[in-house]
Amino acid sequence: MKQDLRNLIEGGLTPEEVLSRDTPVRRSIEIKGKITSDVIEEISKIKNEPDWMRRFRLRNLELFNKLPAPNWLPNWVLESINLEEYLTYAKPDVNRASSWDEIPPEIRSYYESANIPEIEARALLGLGAQLDSEIIYFNIKKQLAEKGVVVMPMEEAVQKYPDLIKQYFMKIFPPEHKFAALHGALWSGGVFVYVPPGVRIEAPIEAFFLISNAGEGQFEHTLVIADKGSYIHYIEGCSAPRLSRYSFHDGMVELYAHEGARIRFTTVQNWSKNVINFNNKRAIAEGNAKVEWVEASIGSVASFVYPSTILKGEGAGTEITGITIANGNRHVKENGAKVIHDAPNTYSKIVNKSISANGGTAVYKGVVYVRKGAKYVKSHVACDSLILDDKSKAYTIPHEQVFEDTAVVTHEAYTGRISEDKLFYLRSRGLSEEEAKGLVVLGFISDVTEGLPFEYAMVLNRVISLEFSKYGKVA
Amino acid sequence: MAELKVENLTVSVDGKVIIEDVSFSVKSGEVLALMGPNGSGKTTLFMTIAGHPKYNVIKGRVLLDNDDLTPLLPEERVMKGIMVAFQTPIAVPEVRLSTLITAMVNKMNGRKLTDPAPPSLVNNLIKGVQEVGLTPAHLSRGVNHGFSGGEMKRSEVLQLLMAKPKIALIDEPDSGLDVDGVYAVGKVLLNLVNSGTGIVLTTHSARILHTLKPTKVLVLSKGRIIAEGGLELVEEIEKIGYENFLKVR
Repeated sequence: MKQDLRNLIEGGLTPEEVLSRDTPVRRSIEIKGKITSDVIEEISKIKNEPDWMRRFRLRNLELFNKLPAPNWLPNWVLESINLEEYLTYAKPDVNRASSWDEIPPEIRSYYESANIPEIEARALLGLGAQLDSEIIYFNIKKQLAEKGVVVMPMEEAVQKYPDLIKQYFMKIFPPEHKFAALHGALWSGGVFVYVPPGVRIEAPIEAFFLISNAGEGQFEHTLVIADKGSYIHYIEGCSAPRLSRYSFHDGMVELYAHEGARIRFTTVQNWSKNVINFNNKRAIAEGNAKVEWVEASIGSVASFVYPSTILKGEGAGTEITGITIANGNRHVKENGAKVIHDAPNTYSKIVNKSISANGGTAVYKGVVYVRKGAKYVKSHVACDSLILDDKSKAYTIPHEQVFEDTAVVTHEAYTGRISEDKLFYLRSRGLSEEEAKGLVVLGFISDVTEGLPFEYAMVLNRVISLEFSKYGKVA
Repeated sequence: MAELKVENLTVSVDGKVIIEDVSFSVKSGEVLALMGPNGSGKTTLFMTIAGHPKYNVIKGRVLLDNDDLTPLLPEERVMKGIMVAFQTPIAVPEVRLSTLITAMVNKMNGRKLTDPAPPSLVNNLIKGVQEVGLTPAHLSRGVNHGFSGGEMKRSEVLQLLMAKPKIALIDEPDSGLDVDGVYAVGKVLLNLVNSGTGIVLTTHSARILHTLKPTKVLVLSKGRIIAEGGLELVEEIEKIGYENFLKVR
């Protein structure tokens, strides 16, 4: 169980097989059943929270109960989210550590098999690792503290920086739909980051999220505040072993880029095929700030993620890049984008690439909104879909709501298939059918993966090759 | 010394017989020219030898050094040492030409497909691109994506040059090329022959054959070989046309 991800990929195993295990992680606390105010009170008490956060959670529970189920979800997904059957809070029986040696080997091996400690040592300035509901590993390099950068588990930030948390927490993404409200009531874990004015963090900070058991909900909250003229690249990775029943992820990411700041936020989501994934992601960009989202949606059976940016200040910009793989019967992968142009001279670029195979459905849903008076806005949306067989589908649903004559908003879409003749041509160059498909798929996404940090582009390429080498064998 | 032998090959497509009882052979360093009017079955013959699943071998075999290729997959045939340059290759916009060539050469040398191109290949590519009359910019474009007819031909020949197969089957390497192009491609193919590759090529014009000097010329009509000889056959066809040529036979 100690081989690294790469070796295993080359050996033809999926990440699910890498992480699969028979013995579940022991928990010191588990909460399950109907989500009542008592449940909320209990979670708040476990976390020893201030009263304002307890009340905040209760208000969100009230909203959750009032709001209707979203009408944009397929029925089978809604039916699978039977919350009373899920663990809503699961605290692993392990103390938080800042050294991998202090993490029990059976838990450490999860992270080692995903190569996390090695990537941390080589490429990261900070790493937080969450197992189920709690951060169990947290380590930040000294140079960050010396620059005044604050990076800590979210619960700790609630205690230490209540004013900042009150100012931003779920203010960027308010509880405007049922599952956002549920997140507000049950949130647990996640990371808080504050970058002081003018500070540039050259190496990325990463958070890695793991769900260890079936029938579990994970509700981590990530908040990144980049003060004026600062720069940060934050990476999140998600994984889970093969599970016997569905688990449910309902996380939230809020980013605030103050004037002239730049935030890059990269997600490599590789949940196993039993995870239903929601991630509520929104950013606000002040004048001349820039927010870049990369959402690589590889795993999970159903995923609904729409990274959004509100361009609030003049000259602000955003790039939202999506890579979606819908590989498997009934798989529904929505990977969209939303941009609100709320100021003049703002710009946005949305690039979305999806691959569907084996009966999977990939969906791009996007909104570009330009407010009247937001003059000289520029926006470009490009959606490319690659469909690998007749059973699979790709939908592109772009909405453009432009209320300003000076705006230049453009959209382009491309749909490609791998025809028998295309395969034959590549095979006549010596490539096997699966190698040919792999090459087409990797080529298709190359212009987006080439923009990723090397480590991640490599891991992503391998994960994708693997996903489709399996496909080749099936076909 | 390699030898490709086609023995009594009969081929159907969608139930219709296109090639009937065709036999020929070609050895390393030889050039076999296959002539014949449009629709005579030249392309079908090449597709069959390459192993396209749509082309159905009813009778006969294709042998390379006495290995029967007929039951093999297209990619296995390439690994044995035969390669086809197509008349109208399909576009693969997703894959860059350099990526395809690197993957192909990596595979032939037992490396991983996605390994970076070794320096020797990079050097050969830079040289090869120039020889066939393309530019390095073509290498970073999608395979045949937006290529003109002539550029496709040059790209196919470039791939042959990098793969150095034992036997190359080249379907109309000269059509769509300007005079300089025909000369350049002819010269490249001649070098390939001199380095030991055996070539079977189809063409409608004598020009490229003046450079390549075929060891043998075959004329195909309605799926059968109806004449066999030397360059004099080409001259006759050039002079009187296929219609009259076929009447005489």
